[in-house]
Amino acid sequence: MSLLERHHEFVTALRGAGIAVSVAEDIDAAQAVGVIDLLDRVQLRAAYAAALIKRQTERAGFDTLFDLYFPARAGHTAAPTAEPDRAGSAFRRDDPALIEFRSTLSEALRDGDETRLAQLAADGVGRFGAVAGRLPGTQSWSSYAAQTRISPQTLMAGLLEQALFGTDADGLAERTARTMLSGRIDRFRRMLDTEVQRRLAEESGREKVAKSAVRPSIDRIDLLSATRADLAAIRREIQPLARRLAARLAIEHQHGRRGQLDFRHTIRASLSSGGIPMDTRHRPRRPRKTDLVILCDVSESVTSFAHFTLLLVYALREQFTRVRVFAFIDDLDEVTDLFRPGADLVESVTNLAAEAKVRGWYGRTDYGRAFGLFRERHLDAISTRTSLLVLGDARSNYGDPALPALHDIVDRARRAYWLNPERHSAWDTGDSVAADFGRIMPMVECRNLAQLAGFVHDLV
Amino acid sequence: MADPVFASPADARARLAQVGYLADAATATTVFLAASLERALLVEGPAGVGKTELAKAVSACTGADLLRLQCYEGLDEARALYEWNYKKQLLRIQAAPSDQAWEQTHDDIFTEEFLLTRPLLGAIRRAEPTVLLVDEIDKTDVEVEALLLEVLSDFQVTIPEMGTVTATRRPFVVLTSNANRELSEALKRRCLYLYIDYPTPERERDILLERVPNLERDLAEQLARAAATLRALDLRKAPSLAESIDWARTLLALGVDTLDGAAVAETLGVVLKHSADHARAIKELDLPTVGD
Repeated sequence: MSLLERHHEFVTALRGAGIAVSVAEDIDAAQAVGVIDLLDRVQLRAAYAAALIKRQTERAGFDTLFDLYFPARAGHTAAPTAEPDRAGSAFRRDDPALIEFRSTLSEALRDGDETRLAQLAADGVGRFGAVAGRLPGTQSWSSYAAQTRISPQTLMAGLLEQALFGTDADGLAERTARTMLSGRIDRFRRMLDTEVQRRLAEESGREKVAKSAVRPSIDRIDLLSATRADLAAIRREIQPLARRLAARLAIEHQHGRRGQLDFRHTIRASLSSGGIPMDTRHRPRRPRKTDLVILCDVSESVTSFAHFTLLLVYALREQFTRVRVFAFIDDLDEVTDLFRPGADLVESVTNLAAEAKVRGWYGRTDYGRAFGLFRERHLDAISTRTSLLVLGDARSNYGDPALPALHDIVDRARRAYWLNPERHSAWDTGDSVAADFGRIMPMVECRNLAQLAGFVHDLV
Repeated sequence: MADPVFASPADARARLAQVGYLADAATATTVFLAASLERALLVEGPAGVGKTELAKAVSACTGADLLRLQCYEGLDEARALYEWNYKKQLLRIQAAPSDQAWEQTHDDIFTEEFLLTRPLLGAIRRAEPTVLLVDEIDKTDVEVEALLLEVLSDFQVTIPEMGTVTATRRPFVVLTSNANRELSEALKRRCLYLYIDYPTPERERDILLERVPNLERDLAEQLARAAATLRALDLRKAPSLAESIDWARTLLALGVDTLDGAAVAETLGVVLKHSADHARAIKELDLPTVGD
């Protein structure tokens, strides 16, 4: 295959993965590849990245596809020792080959030797990553099999002990060693995945693997089905997202909003045009801020969604005059105090369900009871300047949704929205009463960070 | 082009290192590409990882002059591109003999003499090698981006009264951004993109050794690892490379030679600037509280 074809396929795969590559960028990339040393993979990767990727969130997808289309090596470096019939059966933990492999791996992780780790990843997939193929007598490669059999993360305890041996380990030393080692282990696990994908691609064609290999970027990950690592990544993305939103809002507030004429400033500015006031100057208009009341369901099923929404709202709190938060499951409690200024936001949000009295005798979400209690106890929290947000999946566990209570609450507020983390097509299935609630207040689908950011932007 | 600025990525890396900027392979390759394809380089990354330093290093190692346009909210054409010197024009009109025809005056006041050059136009008109640094482009309004488009794609500026000024020698353009705002696609398309992340502990150690004289290798290593650990915590503001350099200087000034829990606790204020971050670091790293 010629280089041009490979280049073209690679660009097509990037586009397929949702990374927009314009023709101009395509040409740039081809030019860039022309002036570098093609045999140096680091240079090749950097050249492609510089020309094709213009957003850091796309980088992970780019790297996966790059490894697929420009693999470090071709073919099998080590012949698989696992015979096809053995491939399907589980490796035992005490298999001598596995024990030996893991001890070599442990050494490499301790020394942080990247080239050796790459070799071990290739070797490890060849030896332990095989599973029975779809047809009898064939074999395939599985990232899951390689990860669980080698299970590099279980080497951590031993490595830590070695690293801290003989030192008077305080918290700092331990944490430092742990961060370093877990970084290496994560890199090794990614190497395993890459190697599996490379082998699969050799056997069943690149396009096929490329389609499933790229994960959605952070702001498109479904909040309800995110893995723990995803959630951590999303949480790190919240602050920068809030900063971007705040900057955008500040700019938009300035535009098209001119206040009173600033006479002094206008006269002073007119000096540069000989005393003729060519440009008038205006005082900035005082921004009108929103008063926000949030009612959030903190039961297990939607908890991560509620967390992210609260984190985002609180990261943007300068944009609101006041924010009050009420949490509920089947009892209702005000949790605004947890978010006092200077408090550790992440911690407050994590402790939300534990510190507030939100669980009644039933212990499962009961919208009807929650709305009833809110109307009874906190109706005065809502005034004509208030925007009300309800966060929840509208699944009432077949209880009475207490629509009149909600009606009374919504009537008092200036605006009210319901944010639902479920996909629109799942609304009104099973115990979901989305349509009933939706008739009282507009319900908005809010499945990922991008949608959440869009909503918050419109709200302010 | 007659003489390429850098011969190869390795050459770029070596020459950047000579002026004290330790680039990794990806950065060196991208800088080399930007120079040889004559493309602008858009550098993004967290605050304090050396984005602006990169532009300075490129100008230092190629012997080019650095023109800097610091962006801010409300930056306009008159500050970025060019401006007519109104006062001088007024003087010229007032000083003109009364019998002079208006057409003549009109031609006179829109000439080179009355043009105030701002960084973008300045960079284009220079015949000497130039590095143009447009710093923190994400702080500006969208209109300024539009101004940049002509400069970046054709290296020319159109002045309605005078005509088009085209670069005789294309400057090396570096745009930096903290990603506070999504830049427009049109702008991004015209640039090569480089994301500079926090360095690996090994590279950070080397940078510390390079930037802080008299620093012991052991201490640099410990510092780099401690900084990586702090960045792994969930902090409001992770310590930047600039801050870890400050940290190294502080420790050196205090005469500390090993970085243990107590030393970190005492000097935490150098790297973490929020009280919530302090509390979190002390809790997570199990640091002794400073009693005084």
